[in-house]
Amino acid sequence: MKIAFTATGPTWESLVDPRFGRTEYIVLFDEEIDLITVVDNRSVSNEAHGAGTATAQKMYELKPDILITGNGPGDTAAQALKHLKMRIFVDAHDMTLAKAYDAYTKGKLREI
Amino acid sequence: MPSDIHKEIVVLSGKGGTGKTSVTASLAVIAGNSAVVADCDVDAANMHLLLQPDFGQTVEFYSGQLAELDQELCTRCGICADICRFNAIPFHEDQYRISSLDCEGCGYCAQVCPTGAITMKERRSGNLYTSRTKAGSTMVHARLDIAAENSGKLVARVKNDAKAIAKSENKQFIIVDGSPGIGCPVVSSLAGACYVLLVTEPTMSALHDLKRVYAVIKRFRIPAGCLINKYDLNEEKSAEIRQFLKEEQIDHLADIPFDPIFSSAMIEQKTIVEVSLPLKHLMEEIWDRINTRLNTKKEAI
Amino acid sequence: MIIDKPLKIAIASGKGGTGKTLLSTNLASLLSVERKTLLVDLDVEEPNDLLFIHGKTETVIAQYKMIPEWDESKCTLCGICSNVCNYHAVVQLGTYIAVFKELCHSCYACSELCPTQALPMEKHQMGETTIVTSGHLTLIESRLAVGEEQTVPLIHKTHDLVNQQYRDIPVQIFDCPPGTSCPVVAAAKEADFVVLVSEPTPFGLNDLRLAVETIRKIEKPMGVVINRYGIGDDAMERYCEGAQLPVLAKIPFDKQIAEHYSNGQMVYDKHKGLRSSLQQLIAAIHHAL
Repeated sequence: MKIAFTATGPTWESLVDPRFGRTEYIVLFDEEIDLITVVDNRSVSNEAHGAGTATAQKMYELKPDILITGNGPGDTAAQALKHLKMRIFVDAHDMTLAKAYDAYTKGKLREI
Repeated sequence: MPSDIHKEIVVLSGKGGTGKTSVTASLAVIAGNSAVVADCDVDAANMHLLLQPDFGQTVEFYSGQLAELDQELCTRCGICADICRFNAIPFHEDQYRISSLDCEGCGYCAQVCPTGAITMKERRSGNLYTSRTKAGSTMVHARLDIAAENSGKLVARVKNDAKAIAKSENKQFIIVDGSPGIGCPVVSSLAGACYVLLVTEPTMSALHDLKRVYAVIKRFRIPAGCLINKYDLNEEKSAEIRQFLKEEQIDHLADIPFDPIFSSAMIEQKTIVEVSLPLKHLMEEIWDRINTRLNTKKEAI
Repeated sequence: MIIDKPLKIAIASGKGGTGKTLLSTNLASLLSVERKTLLVDLDVEEPNDLLFIHGKTETVIAQYKMIPEWDESKCTLCGICSNVCNYHAVVQLGTYIAVFKELCHSCYACSELCPTQALPMEKHQMGETTIVTSGHLTLIESRLAVGEEQTVPLIHKTHDLVNQQYRDIPVQIFDCPPGTSCPVVAAAKEADFVVLVSEPTPFGLNDLRLAVETIRKIEKPMGVVINRYGIGDDAMERYCEGAQLPVLAKIPFDKQIAEHYSNGQMVYDKHKGLRSSLQQLIAAIHHAL
């Protein structure tokens, strides 16, 4: 499975970014080949509007199966992602990506 | 909390006139060179009157588009006026003209014009400034053009420039004077905030507006604290506000008594902490409390 | 008596908190003692007039803006909608068309240019308008829903309502949003006269200059009311003189006025000073027109 995290930094020890649209980084973890890819999303943070749109577009290009985040995307982006067959898990606030992944595998995160 | 590089404190009020800008400027003076200041109240900005920025760098800001009609190519078919939902293409003295006040830059007219007489141009909407303040800190501020659309884009630009400066100059804090209301400029002001300081006053209107703006803040799950300014003008209302703060678990940071020094300091182009020792101590205390709150959250991780 | 056109007075200011609501509500109430008067609260993000007017709620009207809704069954994924939208409100994500409602300006371009009518425009509630009556006074308050970002569509809708259903009310006061950007322009556009309320402090003066520029852009006659007269200096009066702006009234700073206001009470019926300032204002507007 491919798992995307909204993150404040590019490593497993970075914290989950609670925001979706204005997340600083998107970290993509491919479970099968144990590889991390980091996408710098900081230019999108510059957008007053369309941050959700732009980030949703990036998600569409990356095509993860799972998204792990904090607050969760707004309704429109969430619907778009679900249409693209992504599952969204929230409430990973204040966790490192490592802890968030662990919580997800143990079923401790909430799916929306 | 999004970034551990710097801490962003946004000051909001909902209602205008509660003392938000005076308080923000005071915190900026107290924080001195440890902070970058961002004046996101771009529609009738005021902080520059207190912090004496030098307007060192000016950049034009463009946001959205404006339709432009070339009369030479126009055949007066009127299709553009028919489809324009904003009544922005009046017919007057034998010509169709674009009304810049009404045009919202959607581009529909440009799409349908059969002769290509309408083109969309980038629209100038204001000026962006980077300055040095009298407190020695860098300040990013802006002026929205008269009658321009305040979509929040200029606010976002001010914030982002401030963030970039905080990073490159290694500053600990960003202090943001937020926008009034509940619309997109406020949402833009809030993006990335670690703490929201609410400045209010004991009037029915202010409490009403405070609740509305808090409904917006709540969605972002940002810790918040509140200052009741001019609290002694109505002790009953102040108590009502404190009750609301308790219910919503908003830190009650301080009560400031009504003091004509807010206005007299302004006239001297000074912040209250430069002219009143008791207010200086109070603001320092508030700054400390906000810092403690921010550090506590960090340790909890 | 035949009324050909109602008199529309907009109450605006550059800076927030200078006394627009105090002035609008008290002026409208005083006028309504003798004639049918309309008060319209166009500060749709933070409407406050209703806190002060106690009357009978006649009706609450839901206010809608039109937003495109994606009809997947008709869509050929040609992408024209995404290309024509200038606001990134309609975006094609592979096989999905996402519509970001808050960003939409209701221009209808995507909907009308779609070759298969796959984006019909549907109603989306952006707020509501409440009608309250109290004696001869009718209050119309428009309130933007929390989460909505654009104020101008709701302000326009409210003007439409007033022009369609309340033309028989001879005097109409419009309480405008603070600031100098497009919501103020939208609110004051229909006015015959604009009253700018400010306070004699550096912030007040700074913002008054900007507000004057805004109203000049829409070419409306205007005058200034100086509220909390006495708390600052005389720079504002000197500015008004220099700019040839009539000072219509001066409301002195008075803790009693502040106290009544803070409790959500009408002031003109309890405070002689304010009452006479308002009467001065009414006379001055008559004179100016």
